[in-house]
Amino acid sequence: MSDEYDNNKSYQAQSSEVMDGSTGSVNPDIDYVRPSEVGEQELYHPHSFIEKWVFCQDAKVIGVQYFLTAVFTGVVGLILSWLMRLQLGFPELAGFMTAEHYYQFVTMHGMIMVVYFLTALFLGGFGNYLIPLMVGARDMVFPYVNMLSFWMFFVAVAVLMASFFVPGGPTGAGWTLYPPQTILEGTPGAGMGILLMLISLSLFVIGFTMGGLNYMITILQARTRGMTLMRMPLTVWGIFTATVLAMLAFPALLVSAIMMTLDKVLQTSFFMPTILKAGEVLEYGGGSPILFQHLFWFFGHPEVYIVALPAFGIVSDLISVHARKNIFGYRMMVWAIVGIGALSFFVWAHHMYVSGMNPWFGFFFATTTLIIAVPTAMKVYNWILTLWRGNIRINVVMLWCLGFIVTFVNGGITGIFLGNVSVDVPLSDTYFVIAHFHMVMGIAPLMVIMGAVYHWFPLVAGKMLDEGLGKWHFWITFLGAYSIYFPMHYLGFIGVPRRYFEMYDSPYMTSAVGMNEFISIAAFIVGAAQFILIFNIIKTLKTGKKAEQNPWKANSLEWYTSTVPPEHGNFGDRLPVVHRWPYDFSVPGAKEDYIPQTTAPSEVIHTEVEKT
Amino acid sequence: MHAGIIFLLVIIGSILFHIFTPWYWTDIASNWKGMDDTITLTFWVGGGVFVAVCLFMIYCVFRYQHKEDRRAEYKPEDKKLEKILTWATTLGVAALLAPGLIIWNQYVNVPKNAIEVDVMAWQWGWQYRLPGKDGKLGTTQVRNIADNNPFGINPDDPFGKDDIMVESDVINLENNRPVKILLRSVDVLHNWYVPQFRAKMDAVPGTVTFYWFEPNKVGEYEVLCAEYCGVGHYAMRGGVEVQDKADYEAWLGEQETFEQLSARYEKLNVDGNKLAKK
Repeated sequence: MSDEYDNNKSYQAQSSEVMDGSTGSVNPDIDYVRPSEVGEQELYHPHSFIEKWVFCQDAKVIGVQYFLTAVFTGVVGLILSWLMRLQLGFPELAGFMTAEHYYQFVTMHGMIMVVYFLTALFLGGFGNYLIPLMVGARDMVFPYVNMLSFWMFFVAVAVLMASFFVPGGPTGAGWTLYPPQTILEGTPGAGMGILLMLISLSLFVIGFTMGGLNYMITILQARTRGMTLMRMPLTVWGIFTATVLAMLAFPALLVSAIMMTLDKVLQTSFFMPTILKAGEVLEYGGGSPILFQHLFWFFGHPEVYIVALPAFGIVSDLISVHARKNIFGYRMMVWAIVGIGALSFFVWAHHMYVSGMNPWFGFFFATTTLIIAVPTAMKVYNWILTLWRGNIRINVVMLWCLGFIVTFVNGGITGIFLGNVSVDVPLSDTYFVIAHFHMVMGIAPLMVIMGAVYHWFPLVAGKMLDEGLGKWHFWITFLGAYSIYFPMHYLGFIGVPRRYFEMYDSPYMTSAVGMNEFISIAAFIVGAAQFILIFNIIKTLKTGKKAEQNPWKANSLEWYTSTVPPEHGNFGDRLPVVHRWPYDFSVPGAKEDYIPQTTAPSEVIHTEVEKT
Repeated sequence: MHAGIIFLLVIIGSILFHIFTPWYWTDIASNWKGMDDTITLTFWVGGGVFVAVCLFMIYCVFRYQHKEDRRAEYKPEDKKLEKILTWATTLGVAALLAPGLIIWNQYVNVPKNAIEVDVMAWQWGWQYRLPGKDGKLGTTQVRNIADNNPFGINPDDPFGKDDIMVESDVINLENNRPVKILLRSVDVLHNWYVPQFRAKMDAVPGTVTFYWFEPNKVGEYEVLCAEYCGVGHYAMRGGVEVQDKADYEAWLGEQETFEQLSARYEKLNVDGNKLAKK
């Protein structure tokens, strides 16, 4: 048992800026933090280049590996979206593209962006990098399993990408993979393509489970002294809840992938009823296509929140730091995250109002879906109330946060249309749905990812990204993405169905041609603008300004490491001791406008801090 | 400063776009005006919240820009404000949910006088069947499907004999008479969707699904498949012609019953056999 109770002195020095001159001595009563119950974690230090950079057990390196792999898949997804938009806006220029190609691009774009890009980026990328740093741990609790987690993900991505090169190409079943068409002739890639997709998804789930166990147990068991649950940054709360959701939701995806693989390979009939194909009755019978949809959306809806909750958490922290104000209603924010997470398991069939399931389900799922709007709205209110009477730095990070609020509220409101069962009837399977989910779980989380990149880059790389380039990147992306998806809702009102390779000359659709061209041009520009970030990163790494420690004057532990960037073990000889929540900004009576989590109460005795 | 102005322009632009958009829903041709009305209501409430939240955010950006010599307010919680906002939101959401559920209740309860239309979907096309004089459709089975029995009607079912087989991908409907669309598929998921009617439902192989509407505008409409069904999805079109009672009945009289169709095929077979013998 290591009891480092009297290590206050070392932290006095660190937070001397906020020290009140009159209190030189430590008051053991008000500064008391319960001693640690377990000893220090023993870390495995790398002995070779491969152990340091390839099969690495340091969560920070694993986080960067996850990040880079996810970004690679994201770039592939982006290129696929360009090809789709070329077909939709300028079919005369897309002569090389057949309907098969188009549906394959649609499918791979969707699956890549949702699972391999967003999920891996938020949980694998930000989760790995930030969790140990933010809770004051030296590393994840199972570093070896964590390393395996990334490599499993890597293999999953490799298998997915391999499906582009097999006979018949990747699956073109739509990212929802609805049977029976998924595994029947008539859908592109119904041979090898779909098998590789199912194998890749299974590998992803296995790899993700290894990582997820790490995130959960590290947060529950490896927090440093004084880091109570209600003193954790909301980023950690968001990632934690999302991980719990993933642990419960991904098994549904795994079993449905296994069952579908059996239907494909062994002609079982889990999802396959009697089917007549080209005059022949196939060797299937008695299965239920709707069963798959229930399983898929039991995974698929929590999946939306697996992406959204980390974004909620991260954006809360970014807004608070850059508005120099405590997050408004922290406890409400925590309970909203947990509540949304729990409710997300009771809303899945709102994706299935017109699926042919028992129509009476509609009443239940519409009600649960609209209930979820309440905690979500509370979060939005608390973000803007955090800005209110703040002292807001309008820098690149804040711009992304503001962009997030606009796009998220927009997409959230259209969610109320689609969740409200009978309103969904005319809109489902139209472009309204595409506009809605891209706004709310594509663009909004992407805004947060970008904000987080600009915010934490100085920590990860020790250099400041260029603000000027960052502003260009933000405005092109925000204005461009908004002008893609805002007008797209109106195509849905007309009734333009989604997943149409070509519209022909349907009388009420010809008016959409002009808009499709406009949307496509915007999509090309927004996609190209993302390379500004890549250029910015390369330029900054080469010639960028060196970042000082804690450049944003934040309070949370990741900025108080022994070195910048933090090295293996994160905190040098002694783990930090936490005395407060991470949101003590602009506290009346304090010298600076921030008080780090490690500052003991006796050091800021004349301030009017509320006890947290 | 600039940031706030651009965000403000985005919000104003969104409102103007909504007011002046040439892209909006098609003229409704069925009884589901309630769906349109609920959308309009949701637009007002939801749009109002969107604009209010964004304007408040923009106000904060203008008003509370960073100044070195100023401090933000320090106020971790405001229980009263949070309570008010929670209840106001709950009320607003309930007000939107209520009409949604009321209309759904109408949607899932088919009126007694609705005429049944059997829509059978396959990759990639539509076929239609109407009940005959007995007002009842015969039972079916996928395994029975053949050239002389395109719907797979059970040959032993007396209700099936007079079923009317529409040999076209266009179905005629009587104006101002509710129809119950019965959806079947022989292969994969499909969805029989006419934007002007607002209503839709998936056709699921292995089961029969349904929805209903009452066409109320004479005219021709395009049917689209609204559930992805493989590579021919986008080309899976059909048609509906809504007619007045007299025109509709004239059309109905020209259609063949299942019995007539079977007889025609039998004759074809007999003739074919004779030809073969010669």
